[in-house]
Amino acid sequence: MRWWQKPASDTQITHGNRLWLYILATIIMMLLVIPTFIVIPMSFSDSQYLEFPPSNWSIRWYDVYLESPKWMQATVTSIQVGILTMLLATPLGTMAAYALYVSGHRAARAIFVCLITPMIVPVILIAIGTFYAYGRVGLNNTITGLVMAHTVLAAPLVMIVITSALRNYDLNQERVARSLGATRVKAFFVITLPQIKFSIVTAALLSFLTSFDEVIIAIFVSGGSNATLTKHMFSALRDFIDPTIAAISTIMILVSTTLLLATQFLGPRQK
Amino acid sequence: MASHSDNQSAETPTALPIRIQGLTKKFGQFYALDSVDLEVHSGEFLTLLGPSGSGKTTLLMAIAGFNRPDAGSIRFGEAEMILTPPHRRNVGMVFQSYALFPHMSVAENVAFPLKLRQVNATEITDRVAEALATVQLSDLGDRSIDQLSGGQRQRVALARAFVFRPRILLMDEPLSALDKKLREQMQIELKHLHQKLGVTTVYVTHDQREALTMSDRIAVINQGRLAQVDTPHVIYNQPANPFVADFIGESTMLPLTRDDSGRFFFESHLISADEPEKAGSDCSLVIRPERLFVIKDQAVDTEQTIVFPGVVRDFVFQGDTAFAVTSISDKHDLAFRFGTDASSSEHSMQPGDQVSLGLNRADVIIIPRATDL
Amino acid sequence: MSSGTAQDVDRNPMNERLLRAQDVSEQRMLLSLATPALLMIVAIVLIPVGWLFYLSFIGNDGQLSLEHYQKMVEYKSYARVFVTTFQVSILTTLLCILIGYPLAYFLAMLPQRMAGFFMLAVLLPFWTSLLVRTYAWLVLLQKNGILNDFAISAGIWETPVKLVHNMTGTLIGMAHIMLPFLVLPLYGAMRKIERDMMHAAANLGATPIQAFWKIYFPLSLSGMVAGSLIVFVLCLGFYVTPAVLGGGRVVMVATQITAILENQFNWGAASALGVVLLVATIVILYLAGRFLKLDVALFGKS
Repeated sequence: MRWWQKPASDTQITHGNRLWLYILATIIMMLLVIPTFIVIPMSFSDSQYLEFPPSNWSIRWYDVYLESPKWMQATVTSIQVGILTMLLATPLGTMAAYALYVSGHRAARAIFVCLITPMIVPVILIAIGTFYAYGRVGLNNTITGLVMAHTVLAAPLVMIVITSALRNYDLNQERVARSLGATRVKAFFVITLPQIKFSIVTAALLSFLTSFDEVIIAIFVSGGSNATLTKHMFSALRDFIDPTIAAISTIMILVSTTLLLATQFLGPRQK
Repeated sequence: MASHSDNQSAETPTALPIRIQGLTKKFGQFYALDSVDLEVHSGEFLTLLGPSGSGKTTLLMAIAGFNRPDAGSIRFGEAEMILTPPHRRNVGMVFQSYALFPHMSVAENVAFPLKLRQVNATEITDRVAEALATVQLSDLGDRSIDQLSGGQRQRVALARAFVFRPRILLMDEPLSALDKKLREQMQIELKHLHQKLGVTTVYVTHDQREALTMSDRIAVINQGRLAQVDTPHVIYNQPANPFVADFIGESTMLPLTRDDSGRFFFESHLISADEPEKAGSDCSLVIRPERLFVIKDQAVDTEQTIVFPGVVRDFVFQGDTAFAVTSISDKHDLAFRFGTDASSSEHSMQPGDQVSLGLNRADVIIIPRATDL
Repeated sequence: MSSGTAQDVDRNPMNERLLRAQDVSEQRMLLSLATPALLMIVAIVLIPVGWLFYLSFIGNDGQLSLEHYQKMVEYKSYARVFVTTFQVSILTTLLCILIGYPLAYFLAMLPQRMAGFFMLAVLLPFWTSLLVRTYAWLVLLQKNGILNDFAISAGIWETPVKLVHNMTGTLIGMAHIMLPFLVLPLYGAMRKIERDMMHAAANLGATPIQAFWKIYFPLSLSGMVAGSLIVFVLCLGFYVTPAVLGGGRVVMVATQITAILENQFNWGAASALGVVLLVATIVILYLAGRFLKLDVALFGKS
């Protein structure tokens, strides 16, 4: 029996009957992945114009990027803001998720809904709102202001990741630890934390990326020497297709792919 | 209801009595525990038995300190514990899910409470080895939790709960995740372990057979109240109310009438002449199906035996026993259970057969019919 | 349930006050863990958005007025913005369903481990910067871009077709960016459908096609509706992709808000548009929340 004559699952439908689905899904997956990655070869082109495949290969656009003080400064700002956001959003979100999950208090649900509002409110509104409010207190064009705004965007993601981790975790373990003589704090750090650490790492990486990739708030709130990479990229995109963007995009794709694969390979080890 | 007065049992160093008074826990308008009074004697194995949602786990969690009652008192010995956080109550606890720490080895799990108590390293090694030997897991100390079978996990959870020599041990349906054979084996083992450790044990289950097998005393709980607290014998043979009679074992309940001189009748049968302590007229006769027997050539009540003539309606063979439902009047049926050994002729019973069922007067159980339980 | 027998009444509730005090302090301790996050959100989201809400009711003369909302009703340019916004959102959502359903179905049919691998195709774009993906499409779709080159050399069309800086480009880019938001909840819902259900249908005499439409599809609907809703709501407030791929021809609410701020610096008008956007989002989520369990879609297992 050839493979396409074998049943696809334990039903009578064969792989052959499903062939159309496999082909369709493959096309869709290619459409999802390829457009992003096509930027990579193009960034190594020698030409002013983006061509595919490039007629001459070079690392010219990487040189432009690395030698430009504007791009370098923006990169440093983005990384700085990303790390600070990660360091702020991860503990804040984890603390809130844990407290609200364990509490069971009537107010807990209301607080939870309040804490995920940044996911519901359109980001453009948060952007112009903070822009207006920061204008009053002098936080525009500062790292602090940007980190605070990005933290608010990232914290709900952290909460969702941690809450679903806690839902898959047996809280009785913490209870048993307490009955065996551990204080609540100790039980959390010795028993719960090691078991949800993978989710915490995922949440941290997600908050870094949220900040690093964020465009709209950065356009409004960041500026001057504290403008982010995305802000510069956005204005470059609107004006003209600058091949330097291809080089920067390649670097950004590399960063996010690495982080994604890191979470995927860290995952199974937890079990 | 709990009629045991101050029972001054000796407080041995290995065990403490638990004295619960007026324990109340509400969830909104629902009383999970309604002013519960209960005394667990020192060194006793007491089972909290009840249907799901009866409050038995709530009560256990309150003793362990994991839920906070609205009012009441819980004393271990003389010390009031109701406000003490769980980590200072010094009770061993076994959960239904075992709640073993998957990121630690078997030995590390068992050593956990000792490390928290800053026992020195050599003593930890000795006591962990001793505890693992007690639960027959001596060779498995280095294993990780996910390499263990269900029964082994159960034993690790137990070892972890008693290794720090708590004077009270609490268990929340610890055997319910095991298959039937293993469960019955573990019941015996747990009982031996209890005898060896001598620790006061409170055990929660919804399985009446488990409760009858293991307990020194059973506290039957329903709707947040104690329905009866007594030894397995008394609970089975003298249930205090319809709930206990119905929940524990099989039973048929027949309504009784009372004449002017206080004698109990079921239809025309005189059931009991003197039950002076049972006041009121609303009482029921409880008949355990296995206490009935077939009478061949007799259809009238005698001094020793009440005889119910009837017609077989249903008959089921179940291997070790067989079960029949017999109509004894227009309104009432009797459930009847009997052994299936070759000598008994009853297993040829057919629906429609005439049969007379006898009940010894010594097996008569009379309970008040209407209570709020 | 609490019967008032004499015994119950004259027993004093023991330790009642102490227990309540302990409970209150424990809850306070727990909830205080959430306060930093809460304060942050109040400061960064609630207060500024509240402020915008207030600004939207201040007329150009500084007095309390409804003029910004009146303009929205009266001016045709505003109507066009709203129409475009809904058009783009609805079309993107439909496109996502059309592409996402077969993909999710394919993933749900695979053994768990293989599904995890192919899932990377969905997760990879999800983790990649939205700006980078928008840029990639700009490059692909432009007049001398790869797609046009390919189509011409393959003889599909003869002269370069305008694929970007218009509605087509916007929709392609938006659908690509939104797809994971549809596929993830849909896949979750499909995984929960028990295989036995399909066996039972077959056993009762349904053909595979009947079994799919009568059993599988209705059961996957909850995930699809949740996913579509997330996509639709996100589309409503979207800015970057329409701004870049629309090239000024696809003006959505968010684009209009920035334009008003950049060109006229009119905070009242911009705020009023923002308020309408927010209210529309909340109304849609509220209505949807009444019909389906959104938190289940968000967190998977409940």
